[in-house]
Amino acid sequence: MNDATQHLDDHGDGPGHFTRRGYLIGFLLSVVLTAVPFWLVMTGALHDAQTTAIVIIAFAVVQILVHTVCFLHVNTRGEGGWTLMAYAFTAVIVLIVIAGSLWIMYHLNSNMMPMPSAETSAQP
Amino acid sequence: MFTESLARTIFGRLTFESFPLHEPILLVTFIVVGLLGLGLVGVVTKYRLWGWLWREWFTSIDHKKIGIMYMILGIIMLLRGFSDAIMMRLQQAMAFGDNPGYLPPHHYDQVFSAHGTIMIFFVAIPLIVGLVNYIMPLQIGARDVAFPFLNNLSFWLTVAGALLVMISLFVGEFSRGGWLNYVPVTNLQNSPDTGPDYYLWALQIAGIGTTLSAINMVTTIIKMRAPGMTMMKMPIFCWTALCSNVLAIAIFPVLTGAFALLMLDRYVGTNFFTNDLGGNPMMYWNLVWIWGHPEVYVLVLPAFGIYSEITSTFTGKRLFGYSSMVYATVVITILSYLVWLHHFFTMGSGASVNSFFGIATMVISIPTGAKIFNWLFTMYRGRIRFELPMMWVIAFMITFVVGGMTGVLLAVPPADFVLHNSLFLVAHFHNVIIGGVVFALFAAMDYWFPKAFGFRLDPFWGKVTFWGWVVGYWVAWTPIYIVGLMGTTRRVNHFDDPSLQIYFVIAAIGAGIILIGILAFVIQIAVSILNREKLRDTTGDPWNGRTLEWSTSSPPPAYNFAFTPQVHDLDAWYDMKDRHAQRPTTGFKPIHMPRNTGAGVILSGLAMALGFAMIWYMWWLAIAAVAGLFVVAIVHTFNYNRDYFIPADEVAQSEDARTKLLAAGA
Repeated sequence: MNDATQHLDDHGDGPGHFTRRGYLIGFLLSVVLTAVPFWLVMTGALHDAQTTAIVIIAFAVVQILVHTVCFLHVNTRGEGGWTLMAYAFTAVIVLIVIAGSLWIMYHLNSNMMPMPSAETSAQP
Repeated sequence: MFTESLARTIFGRLTFESFPLHEPILLVTFIVVGLLGLGLVGVVTKYRLWGWLWREWFTSIDHKKIGIMYMILGIIMLLRGFSDAIMMRLQQAMAFGDNPGYLPPHHYDQVFSAHGTIMIFFVAIPLIVGLVNYIMPLQIGARDVAFPFLNNLSFWLTVAGALLVMISLFVGEFSRGGWLNYVPVTNLQNSPDTGPDYYLWALQIAGIGTTLSAINMVTTIIKMRAPGMTMMKMPIFCWTALCSNVLAIAIFPVLTGAFALLMLDRYVGTNFFTNDLGGNPMMYWNLVWIWGHPEVYVLVLPAFGIYSEITSTFTGKRLFGYSSMVYATVVITILSYLVWLHHFFTMGSGASVNSFFGIATMVISIPTGAKIFNWLFTMYRGRIRFELPMMWVIAFMITFVVGGMTGVLLAVPPADFVLHNSLFLVAHFHNVIIGGVVFALFAAMDYWFPKAFGFRLDPFWGKVTFWGWVVGYWVAWTPIYIVGLMGTTRRVNHFDDPSLQIYFVIAAIGAGIILIGILAFVIQIAVSILNREKLRDTTGDPWNGRTLEWSTSSPPPAYNFAFTPQVHDLDAWYDMKDRHAQRPTTGFKPIHMPRNTGAGVILSGLAMALGFAMIWYMWWLAIAAVAGLFVVAIVHTFNYNRDYFIPADEVAQSEDARTKLLAAGA
């Protein structure tokens, strides 16, 4: 056996320990985090579409974190820290892509000629 | 009536009219390509090479063979992409005033779209990926990449994409939307033909290959370095390969997502990028350029790595400022994510957005400039050997600096409002891609060819290639810079102003000089194969190299290194030579290696069938191909016969052969 091809055999010993308790907590949190947004939309409890959207996005972000910790077992120890680093890198890239796109698309029409007011008000 | 609906069910929208029999240029091309293809098939059949090709190459999961196959794919596609370029140069040199030229606009639009698509996706990417595949594992002292089967699959997916683009030449037509298939031109209502579908399916399939390959390379570099090789003792080419592949992993999903949304627009009638019903074409531009700008660095970072390795080898000195080179590479990696808007300053964003992205773009020139100084200081007081690879490095430094400066010029938003979509921009990116990436690829092929095949490339024809490309580049693109600065726009197939014609005639002559360079390259390879005994390298280290790939034989055995090397220094092989380290000649052990598999070829063939079926609306074939993909993928997971051992005496045999060769040479 040599170092270079050892990866062929060492499947399965991933990072962290997989306990049933961890999975159960993750499952319960996911169910709650999914059910609440459904309830918000179906009952219209907040009476305001924008607030509802923001709350749902907040729940989605927490949901991502729950999945990461409970199901993907990302922590500071796994693979000598590389897992966490890759995860943080992904988070930064996603943040740049989303924030940048929102900023750019929000600015899209800054240098356009102003629209006649009748047409502007007709827009959704 | 019934036969018509039956034909529709079987062939979708593919009819006899889809074959361009009325276009003489395409018909002649098709006949020539067909004859050449038949000739090739005939030769392979006559010498009974199919079995050998299948066993030794197509199903191989040896990173070296896959690397070579990537290079062959890239070179073949370079010939296709360059013939598109020659066609455009001829058209633009002819089409003035009353002369409409020989390419109608409809065809011309496809030619420039295919040229850009092929040159980036099927020339530059395969050549860079092929080099990383071949060199990187040798440089870090590994026996293969982290996921050998995935490597084979990545390669064949890229081939499947390339084949789809080639098929579009003869069956149906290609996209007319530019190299990034821009909406609104490629929306269903504006392009109901198959062009954008060919583009989308070819690039989705090839893109999956590139993404998987990038994951593979990053894992290999992080997990499989030889003992003692810390990150800061890693050869600079591996650092640049790491950063380039990390970039690729981060950006390709964005491109895949943007293409998937456009596919939904075209196939199921959503409105992500349409002009009405809430769609927004600019979102497509935004997404493809989030991929597009970092992609430039995916290509050019390994090129910088190549120049660094060559400069240090041919000046006989350690690379000047290794750690600053590493930090510059990492800084470029991060900054390249923050500049994409500079491709559409004129979109209509306000001053705050434009100035942010303009300044971020200009900042990139700082680490890049630091690299240029590092190479200059490496050469300073070195004993420079002006062999071919070093000549390419010097041509690169002169050419690329000009391209970099016009880039900074374009990064100024007010200047960009004048130069956006002009030929000045086209000249700029050809300047950096030819001067930066293409020169590096030729340098790398001259430099590492003896490692891969055991003999050097012929220097005379190499010099003809060199002068053809360098002189040709300047003659072809200087006039384009000038007309671009005067305001000529890109993607035009006919001009009214006769005073511009002379510039385009000169540019066409330049393209002709580049053609000499390309032909000389083909001749160089043929001549070198014929003269291989005279150009033979028995030492494995023809250039007095510094990194680990030169410590093994040329070509390296399947297992690369009989014993995994121990690394103590940045230039590990130079350090070994310096300490007169002895090559182990006894005590060989069996070596554990991955086994070949045909699953990659089959999966990619099915993916290509799926793409073709979806392009032509042959739904039954698409369903069958998807089912086939699932079945083959699942069956492959039950294949436990994946590895084998090279017996110790076989290792001993090939190592003894090398010992004899070394003794004979010494």
